[in-house]
Amino acid sequence: MSRINIELPGLELKNPIMPASGCFGFGREYAQLYDLSKLGAIMIKATTVETRAGNPTPRVAETAAGMLNAIGLQNPGIDKVMNEELKFLESYDVPIIANVAGTETADYVEVARRISTAQNVKALELNISCPNVKHGGIQFGTDAETARELVAAVKAVSQVPVYVKLSPNVTSIVDIAKAVEAGGADGITMINTLVGMRLHEKTGKPVIANGTGGLSGPAVKPVAIRMVYEVYKAVNIPIIGMGGVTCAQDVIDFMSVGASAVAVGTANFVDHFVCPNIIDELPAKLDELGVQHISEIIGRSHR
Amino acid sequence: MIRQEKMTVVAQAQIATNIFELTLQGQLVQDMTPGQFVHVKVSDSFEPLLRRPISIANVDKEKSEFTMIYRAEGRGTQILSTNREGQLVDVLGPIGNGFPVEAVSPGQTALLVGGGIGVPPLHELSKQLNARGVKTIHVLGFQSEDVCFYEKEFSALGDTYYATVDGSKGTKGFVTTVFDEVKPEFDVFYSCGPLPMLRALEQYYPEKEGYLSFEERMGCGIGACFACVCNTTDAVEKDYVKVCSDGPVFPKGVVAL
Repeated sequence: MSRINIELPGLELKNPIMPASGCFGFGREYAQLYDLSKLGAIMIKATTVETRAGNPTPRVAETAAGMLNAIGLQNPGIDKVMNEELKFLESYDVPIIANVAGTETADYVEVARRISTAQNVKALELNISCPNVKHGGIQFGTDAETARELVAAVKAVSQVPVYVKLSPNVTSIVDIAKAVEAGGADGITMINTLVGMRLHEKTGKPVIANGTGGLSGPAVKPVAIRMVYEVYKAVNIPIIGMGGVTCAQDVIDFMSVGASAVAVGTANFVDHFVCPNIIDELPAKLDELGVQHISEIIGRSHR
Repeated sequence: MIRQEKMTVVAQAQIATNIFELTLQGQLVQDMTPGQFVHVKVSDSFEPLLRRPISIANVDKEKSEFTMIYRAEGRGTQILSTNREGQLVDVLGPIGNGFPVEAVSPGQTALLVGGGIGVPPLHELSKQLNARGVKTIHVLGFQSEDVCFYEKEFSALGDTYYATVDGSKGTKGFVTTVFDEVKPEFDVFYSCGPLPMLRALEQYYPEKEGYLSFEERMGCGIGACFACVCNTTDAVEKDYVKVCSDGPVFPKGVVAL
């Protein structure tokens, strides 16, 4: 009997660990390094209707215990993602969570309708929180009513459960969480990156060509933990937590505040084997905590 | 194959102002080709967080050792420069597609053009070209004499000319100033250095076959994060290339300069 399997709407996870969207491409690169079937799930890179070229470079800048990025949702468009990338991933025994992005509601609906029919796509992750595109993205994630309407529109066409990725760049993340729950979301993934800026020492100008970028990495973990803590109390749908996870203890922390599963983002760039390593470390962590199954620690901070 | 390995420091020395030469030993050396790079974690802590892409200057497969030459300019490379013999360094590599040594035939001549910290990968390339019976001419550009390195090493492999911005070594000016003066005769060029230099080189020898190595800020280093994307010219089908996994070396005319 596995001690680390988790069941969520649409998802039977061998373990609660998955690479976060945008940090793992469509899996091809990491597949050179280890067997992707080991992962609980894979959150693939955001997919839009059309091909997106992304932002000018520099697109990344390192910061204290973190990094900024402004990639700009670069992706080959839904046709190629379905015909090539998802096909490639079919050779692995791993559920795919498809990150869906767009400029307007119709784009989200179109991508969701089509990508949710892919055989290995077991859930959608609605990206209403990308801070790096001029239109769409975060616009949908910062107003509760707009978010609710978008979720409802996508729910109406999706063949699989819909998770919504929340932005931390809001006054009250709880309000947005409640709104997407009311819109019919099956789950929440959180948090996306925090909007930030780094300056060039000599010129005083932003390092990133886009000006601002999304902050990720260990620096954001306390913010993410606090937000999951608050949202868990306010909603009745499951949460996939993320933000600065680098080790098994971080996973325990996110699950303690209420996450049912945990995504790993920036850490994949630093230790390319971080996901399988964390998965291997989890049983020992459970022993330390005197817990038989990992699901027992979900929400323990609140008890 | 890309591997992640704790490699052992064999030697570290400062060889010019802020320029360090670090030799590491480990298994991943066996897969290295000239022009590839490694992605180095300089510290076990979160500060600095990301790996540093560094080029490969010399490979010794018999000893399972390779050498990198880097400028200790930022915090990360400064930390790297404190590593001493026997210590372990976390290396991911070898990464990317290097210089095609077979693009030039034995008996032919290759022009190797380097700028600043773009010079190191040309050393291993020159070694391998010479081993194949290719004659090499080196044109190396630096800011000033105090940051020049590997003069003996390059001279031993072929004619070597220098350009410095302040004129403290070789010709005052840029590598193109050396081309004007020396008028080197060659069949194929290979280059690594700053973008303006690569651009000038492409324009100077429009009729020649050539290969350019690019540099860009990187995240993952293996092609997953889309940080190091470059636009391509109309001559190629793809809209973009990733410097880390499609490059860092591209035939001239692929990347839009």
